[in-house]
Amino acid sequence: MPDMQGLVNEFLIKLKKRKMEGSQATAKQTAELLRAVISQQRVPYSNQSAALIDAVKSVGELLISANPIELAVGNIVRRVLHIIREEDLSLTTAAMAGLNLSSVSDDDDDAEHDDHPVLSAAAVAAAARSTLRPPSLQTLLEDVPDGTAIPRTSSSGGDSEGKSKSADKSSRTRKLKHDVIEAVNELIQDINTCHEQIAEQAVEHIHQNEVILTLGSSRTVLEFLCAAKEKKRSFRVFVAEGAPRYQGHLLAKELVSRGLQTTLITDSAVFAMISRVNMVIVGAHAVMANGGVIAPVGLNMVALAAQRHAVPFVVLAGSHKLCPLYPHNPEVLLNELRSPSELLDFGEFSECMDFGNGAGSPLLHVVNPTFDYVPPKLVSLFITDTGGHNPSYMYRLIADYYSADDLVVQRRTTTGS
Amino acid sequence: MGAQKKRASKVLLPLVNVPMINFTLAWLESAGVEEVFVFCCAHSKQVIDYLESSEWFSQPNFSVQTIESHNSVSAGDALRLIYERNVIHGDFVLISGDTVSNMSLTQALQEHKERRKKDNNAVMTMVIKRSKPSQITHQSRLGTDELFMAIDPDTKQLLYYEDKADCSKGAIYLDKLLLADNTSISLHNDKQDCYIDICSPEVLSLFTDNFDYQHLRRHFVKGLLVDDIMGYKIFTHEIHSSYAARIDNFRSYDTISKDIIQRWTYPFVPDVMFSENSGTKLERHGMYRASEIWQSRSAQIGPFTVIGNGTKIGDNTSISNSVIGKGCTIGANVSIEGSYVWDNVIIEDGCELRHAIVCDGVIMKSGALLEPGVVLSFKVVIGQQFVVPSYSKVSLFQQPTKQDSDEELEYADNSSGIVDISPMVGTVDKSNGEITSELLEKQCWSTSQLGSGGVGHIWSFSEGGYDEELRHSVAPIPADKLAELIQAIDDDLELTQDGSILPPSGELKPDSNYSEDDDNEDSRDESIYFEKEVEATFLRAVHENISVDHVVLEVNSLRLSYNRLAADCAGALFYSMMKLALETPHGSASELLQNATNIVTKWKKLLKYYLADIDEEIEVVLKFEEMCLESAKEFSPLFTKILWHLYDQEVIQEDAILKWDDEKKEADESDKVFVKQAEKFIQWLREAPEEDDDEEEESG
Repeated sequence: MPDMQGLVNEFLIKLKKRKMEGSQATAKQTAELLRAVISQQRVPYSNQSAALIDAVKSVGELLISANPIELAVGNIVRRVLHIIREEDLSLTTAAMAGLNLSSVSDDDDDAEHDDHPVLSAAAVAAAARSTLRPPSLQTLLEDVPDGTAIPRTSSSGGDSEGKSKSADKSSRTRKLKHDVIEAVNELIQDINTCHEQIAEQAVEHIHQNEVILTLGSSRTVLEFLCAAKEKKRSFRVFVAEGAPRYQGHLLAKELVSRGLQTTLITDSAVFAMISRVNMVIVGAHAVMANGGVIAPVGLNMVALAAQRHAVPFVVLAGSHKLCPLYPHNPEVLLNELRSPSELLDFGEFSECMDFGNGAGSPLLHVVNPTFDYVPPKLVSLFITDTGGHNPSYMYRLIADYYSADDLVVQRRTTTGS
Repeated sequence: MGAQKKRASKVLLPLVNVPMINFTLAWLESAGVEEVFVFCCAHSKQVIDYLESSEWFSQPNFSVQTIESHNSVSAGDALRLIYERNVIHGDFVLISGDTVSNMSLTQALQEHKERRKKDNNAVMTMVIKRSKPSQITHQSRLGTDELFMAIDPDTKQLLYYEDKADCSKGAIYLDKLLLADNTSISLHNDKQDCYIDICSPEVLSLFTDNFDYQHLRRHFVKGLLVDDIMGYKIFTHEIHSSYAARIDNFRSYDTISKDIIQRWTYPFVPDVMFSENSGTKLERHGMYRASEIWQSRSAQIGPFTVIGNGTKIGDNTSISNSVIGKGCTIGANVSIEGSYVWDNVIIEDGCELRHAIVCDGVIMKSGALLEPGVVLSFKVVIGQQFVVPSYSKVSLFQQPTKQDSDEELEYADNSSGIVDISPMVGTVDKSNGEITSELLEKQCWSTSQLGSGGVGHIWSFSEGGYDEELRHSVAPIPADKLAELIQAIDDDLELTQDGSILPPSGELKPDSNYSEDDDNEDSRDESIYFEKEVEATFLRAVHENISVDHVVLEVNSLRLSYNRLAADCAGALFYSMMKLALETPHGSASELLQNATNIVTKWKKLLKYYLADIDEEIEVVLKFEEMCLESAKEFSPLFTKILWHLYDQEVIQEDAILKWDDEKKEADESDKVFVKQAEKFIQWLREAPEEDDDEEEESG
C-alpha cells in the first residue's frame, strides 16, 4: 500500500511539474497507474464495484487536479470508472442468470459460472465497440435492481447453501477485479495502438497528388501521413511551423527523412497557401463532447482559412482524447499560458520590464497561450481509432465510452469538504 | 548533489503567497537535484519546523537535510562549517534560499564537469543572465548596482567582476595584464548575476584556507580573480530562455513577484501547483484568484493581481498589480495598487495603498493611507485617517539605537550573500507572537506616531539612506527624482562630450587603441596639456635664462610629441608671454603694458620663429583676442596698444592684421569689440602703409 502511495505521488509530481508531454503517454501512464490501484484495492464482500469506483475516484480526483489542462487524465479516469460499471453490470446480469439457473439446479458446477461471465464481459465490450451501442434506458433501469439483487441472493439462499454461495461470491469478487483489470489492459492496448488504427485509414483519405497542410507537430499526423506514403500514395505536405515552439520544424525533418515531399511555411502564410491545399490534417489536444477541438495554438486560424476556401479540415484524435465534458463547463480549463521566454528574449526586453522607473506597473504584457479552441462547425471530419465521424456525432461516441455518472469526478468531494 | 543555504525568516516570507523557499526547493527538485542541505543560521528553528511540516521531507528521490548553526554570520562561515562536517564530497550547487529559477542545471553541470576534466583549476561556474541595467539610475532591474564583468568570449572564463563600480565617474579600470594575457575579452554591463554557482569541492577548502573570506562575491570571487598563484579559474554559464533571479531587496521582491505573475518562471506560477499552494485559477488579464474568495460585485480587481484563499473584498474596492494573501479582510472603497499584502491583514474602509508591503496580521484602520514605498511590519496597527509618509518603515519594535553598529552588521550581512530582505523584517519576525503581546501591555503607544489607535514605531532612515531607500524600495523611483538623475547625466554628457556611458557590451581587442571615437575629446584635452607644457617650458626659459635656440628646440619636441602645428606653438607661446606679463607685479594698466611690451621685445625672436606664415600671425592675434575676452580681461583696454607694439616689433605684419580685420567683418557684433577698438589703428594701416613709425610712436 505505501508503495502504491509512492507511485501515485510520483505521478502527481510529474503532472504538477508539467513534466509529462503528449496526451498519449499521459493517458497510457494514467491507465497503468489506475490498473495498479485496482489490483491493490481490497474488495469487500458486498458492493465490490462501489469500492473499486471509490478507490479509482479518489486517485483520479488527485490526478485531475494536479494538471487540469491535460484532459486525457480525466478521460482515462472516467473510462476506467465506466469499465468498472460495465463489468459489474455484466457480472451481475450473469449472476442473475446464474441465480435463475441455480434456483433450478443448485449443484451447477463452478466451471460454467467461470466461463459465463468472462464471455459476457467480453461480449458486452465487443458489442460496445462494434455496434457503438449507447447506454440504453434499459440498462440504466436494469442497474437499479442489480444493486439490490446481490444481498437478495445471499438472504434468499437457504442455510444449507450458505457456504457454497459465499465461496461462489468470493470467486465472483475476484472475477470482477480480474475482469476490470483485463478490460483496463484492453484500454491500454487501445491507447498503444491508436496511432496504427488511425493510420490504417490514411489511404481512404489521402489521394494521389494531393497537397496536405498541417500545423505544428503531432505524432498521430506523422504516422497518418507516413502510412499513406507507405501505401505508395504520392502527395505533398505543407507544414506550418507552429510558432512559438516551432514543432513544425521537427515534423518537417521527420517527414523528409521518411521520403515525403515537404514544404515548410510560417504560420502567417497559411492563408496564402490554403488555396493550393486539398486537405488540412491536424492533431488535437482534446475533443470535447460538442465536437469542438482543443488544439495547438494557431489552428483556429487554419480552420477559418480552410473554411473560407472550402478545404476539408480533418482532425485526428485517438479515443483517449475524447472528453465527455462540454467546453462551457467551468471545470474545463481550456488553456494554459506558458512562459513568455518562448516568444522573446528576456535580456533584450529587460528594460521594458524595469519596474523601478515609470509607473511601476508592467507596460509590456506577453501572452503565450498553448491552445486554441476550434468550434465544431469548422471541423469537417474526425478520424478516431473507430473510424471517421462527424463533429455532431461525437456525443454519441462519448456516450459509448463514458457513463453519465462519472462526468464530474471532482464534484463529489469538493461538496464534501 | 546540491547544497543550499539560507537565512531563516526571510525564506519563509511569502512570495506571491508561497513561502520563498518553496520556489527554490521546487526548482531544485524539478532540476533533478537529489540531495539538498539547507543551512540555517538565525531563526533556524522556524525554518526547520516549517520544512518538517512541509511535504519536502517526504518526497521520493529528493532528500532535504538541515544543517543548523547559530554562530555563522556569513556565507564564508557557513561553507567552512559544511567543510568541517564533511557532508559534501562531489560537485555541488551553491544557492541561497531566496532564488527563483526554472533553469535546467543539466547543461551547466555538464559544462562544468567537462571543464574540470581538462583543467583541474576550474573550480566554479557562475550562472549569469542577460538583463540590461537602467542607464539612468545605474542599477539593475533587481535593484542591485550595475555589474561589470569581463569574460573571455571563447572560453567563457570570468576575468573581472565588479559590482561596486563608481558610476559617477563613468569609467572603470581594468588591469592591463588582462589585455596582455587574453587574445580577446568582452566587457559586459548587461549581465545579471543569478547567484547560482556550481562549485567543485575545492571551493569549500578554499574558504577554509582563507578564513577571512566572508562574502561569496566580494571576497571569494574577487579573491580568486586577483590571485594568480594558485591559478584557480571561474567560468560563467549564460542562460537564455530560462529564468533565474535572487531576492535581495524590496525592489527585487517587487520585480520577481511581477515576473512570476507574468509567468517568466513557468512552471512555477500561481496556477500550477508546484508545492502545497492551493489551486489558483488564472483568469483574463493575468488575474489569479483562489477558489474560495468573497468578492463584492462592485469590487474591481484589476490586471496582474493575485488573490489568496479566504480573502474577503468589499464594495467598490479596486485592486491592481498587487498580491493579496490568504485570509485578508478588505473593506469597502479601498484602493490598492502595486502592493503586497500578506496573510490575515485587515484593511478597513476607505484605505489607500500605493506600492507598499504589508506584513502578516497588520490592521489598517479606516481611511489610513500608505504612500509609495511604505513597509508595515508584522502586526502593526495604523490609526484612523493616518498617512504613513513614503518610504517609511513601521514596526512594533523600536529602531535599534546603535545605528552605526547595526548598519555595519547589515553590511556584513549583505556581503555574506545570504541577505535579509531588509534588516528590519528580519529582526521583527524574530520574535513574532509572544513578545508582541507583552509589549502591547507594557507600553502605551504614543498616539502621535501612528494616529489614534495606532501601534508601532516609524523607523527613520539611516544617514544618507534616502537615496538608498529609493533605489531598493518596492515603489518605482518617483518621476522628479528620475528627472533629476537624467539632468545629472545630461550635465555629465555636456561636460565630457563623449559616451562616458559604456555601451551595453562590446568586445575589446587588445590591439585596438580605443582611438576611434575619442578624437574630438582627446584633441581638446591634449591642446590644454600642450599649452601647459609650453607655458612651463617658457617660464623655465625666462627664469633660468635659457637661450632662444634651446627653447625653440624644446618647444619643437613638444610640438612633435603632441602632434601640433606651428600655429599652435605660436599661440601657446604668445599666451605664456602675456600670462607672464600679467603675473609680473604691476600697479596700473600702463605698467602692465610696459611688462607686456618688455617681454614681447625680449622674446620676439622666439615668437618670430613660429610665425613663418601669415596664418600663424593671425592665430596669434586671435589668441590674444580670446585671452582678452576670457582669461586675462586686464588686457582688453590695452588690446590696440599691444597689437601696435607687436606690429612695431615686426612680430606681426600689417597684412595679418588687415586680414584679421577682414575675417572679422562677417562675425557677430559681440566678436567685433576689439576690431572696433583697433579701428583707428587698422584705418591708419590701410591709409599709410609705409614709414609712419615716428608719428605713431609718439602717439603710443
